[in-house]
Amino acid sequence: CRCRALLSRPAGRLRARRGLAAGPELHFGFQTVTEEERREKIYQVFESVAKKYDVMNDSMTLGIHRVWKDILMHKMNPSPGTLLLDVAGGTGDIAFRFINYVHSVREQQLQRKLKHHQNLSWQEIFESYQKDKFNSLGDSQVVVCDINREMLKVGKQKAQHLGYSEGLSWVLGNAEELPFDNDKFDVYTIAFGIRNVTRIDLALQEAYRVLKPGGRFLCLEFSHVSNPLLSRLYDLYSFQVIPVLGEVIAGDWKSYQYLVESIRRFPPQEELKAMIEDAGFFKVDYENLNFGIVAIHSGFKL
Amino acid sequence: GRARPSHSEPPDQDGRGGEEEEEEEGWHQLYPGHIPTSPLQKALLAAGSAVMALYDPYRHDMVAVLGETTGCLALPNLRDKMKNHPEGYHILQERPRIRLSSLDMARLQGLPDGSLGREYVRFLEDNKVSPDTRMPPKFVDDEELAYVIQRYREVHDLMHTLLGMPTNMLGEVVVKWFEAVQTGLPMCVLGAAFGPIRLSTRKLQVLATELVPWAIRSGLNASCVLNVYYEQRWEQPVESLREELGIFPPP
Repeated sequence: CRCRALLSRPAGRLRARRGLAAGPELHFGFQTVTEEERREKIYQVFESVAKKYDVMNDSMTLGIHRVWKDILMHKMNPSPGTLLLDVAGGTGDIAFRFINYVHSVREQQLQRKLKHHQNLSWQEIFESYQKDKFNSLGDSQVVVCDINREMLKVGKQKAQHLGYSEGLSWVLGNAEELPFDNDKFDVYTIAFGIRNVTRIDLALQEAYRVLKPGGRFLCLEFSHVSNPLLSRLYDLYSFQVIPVLGEVIAGDWKSYQYLVESIRRFPPQEELKAMIEDAGFFKVDYENLNFGIVAIHSGFKL
Repeated sequence: GRARPSHSEPPDQDGRGGEEEEEEEGWHQLYPGHIPTSPLQKALLAAGSAVMALYDPYRHDMVAVLGETTGCLALPNLRDKMKNHPEGYHILQERPRIRLSSLDMARLQGLPDGSLGREYVRFLEDNKVSPDTRMPPKFVDDEELAYVIQRYREVHDLMHTLLGMPTNMLGEVVVKWFEAVQTGLPMCVLGAAFGPIRLSTRKLQVLATELVPWAIRSGLNASCVLNVYYEQRWEQPVESLREELGIFPPP
């Protein structure tokens, strides 16, 4: 049982996972590489997949990734005025959803406010409406941070194409060493990104550092399916179909082979929970989506 | 040799921290660029690449993948034809590659008009193509067969030269018909059958009445085109080579 193994020598295994005491050897999918090699290889993977990233996500998950991201946003339930940091946010999926969400919450707020202004003069209503209209996001802001230039490029193009401009900024940065001050953000998200970070422990520490007290950490990531039948079907699909899709749609077998292998190598739900707690977060919890194919981990900085 | 498919099981759960012996890059790679695949993956690749090649004709990589995943009967056949022919055997031993770096372009250009080398260079220039754009094989699970398909791809431009066909859609289809008869590669057969879909009716007429019958007759009559050591015949006039092979003069 994995739990027993976890309890018997947690420090050793976790340290090995973090690539500390076990030496400089890390995993890149099922290969063994050094830390620096791993960072470089992963950079190249995303450089190569950036343009077809969204198409591939839709093909591989049959569009279900959109639902997962929507669920993440509902769980976050941001109110206007929230400052969000979306790490490894590359092509902007989370950022755009955030903007849509606070925008609609803000609209509802304004509607309610207008309803209460029944006894104001037309002039006063007009003025208050004008003031609020220029603040359609209610001062909410999202910073998209990604280590990969190509992914950011695609994200910016998408934003322009879809008409997102307000409350959005793009920063090139490394999750292991964020270019932000302490205690800055209300929420930190990392969706399908933490799997690609070489030193997960550092990324978690950085997340803790840049969050304000009371801030929330949210991680959406592929996780482990415990149901044996489902697990076999999932493996079959992952290993047989996904690299083929990568070759046919993006002309890139190897990047998608890496993808499915990296999912298998990533720590399961409980282990990730322990790592998040190690970084100092409280009330750490996780929610499985689709029987554990994906999990949302959440924690708070107090 | 056989290769292990790329759905290899992950190392034991407890050993995930990098403590155990990992599989090396490429599992059981038989040649650089080789990606071992399971039969299911090959089937999916064949279907997917066929659809994608039709949907987006500029995806030459998909045509290449289709050829590799469906060539399991035709390629050994071709290889055996080569083995049983003195010149073909020679080629299999020496494994020559047709690349810009290995071709002496200046020398070929200096050859007399009508010679294979001169006409080949003229063909490359006229159609603005280069022999270096051929995809290396990935999904062939035998390194000798991988060379055979590589040789077939690199010789394709010489086919154009010998048949006198340009690289437009019409010319390509004609060459595909010839190659289909010569090699039996399913990819050539599919390309020959579906290629004409995008042609105008006038061209289709010319194709059906003159070009295809000629291509088929030549293909059937000619000895195996892969059994010719082209690199040693640059000086030979194209016409003489055609006669030697059994390719009828183009209409």
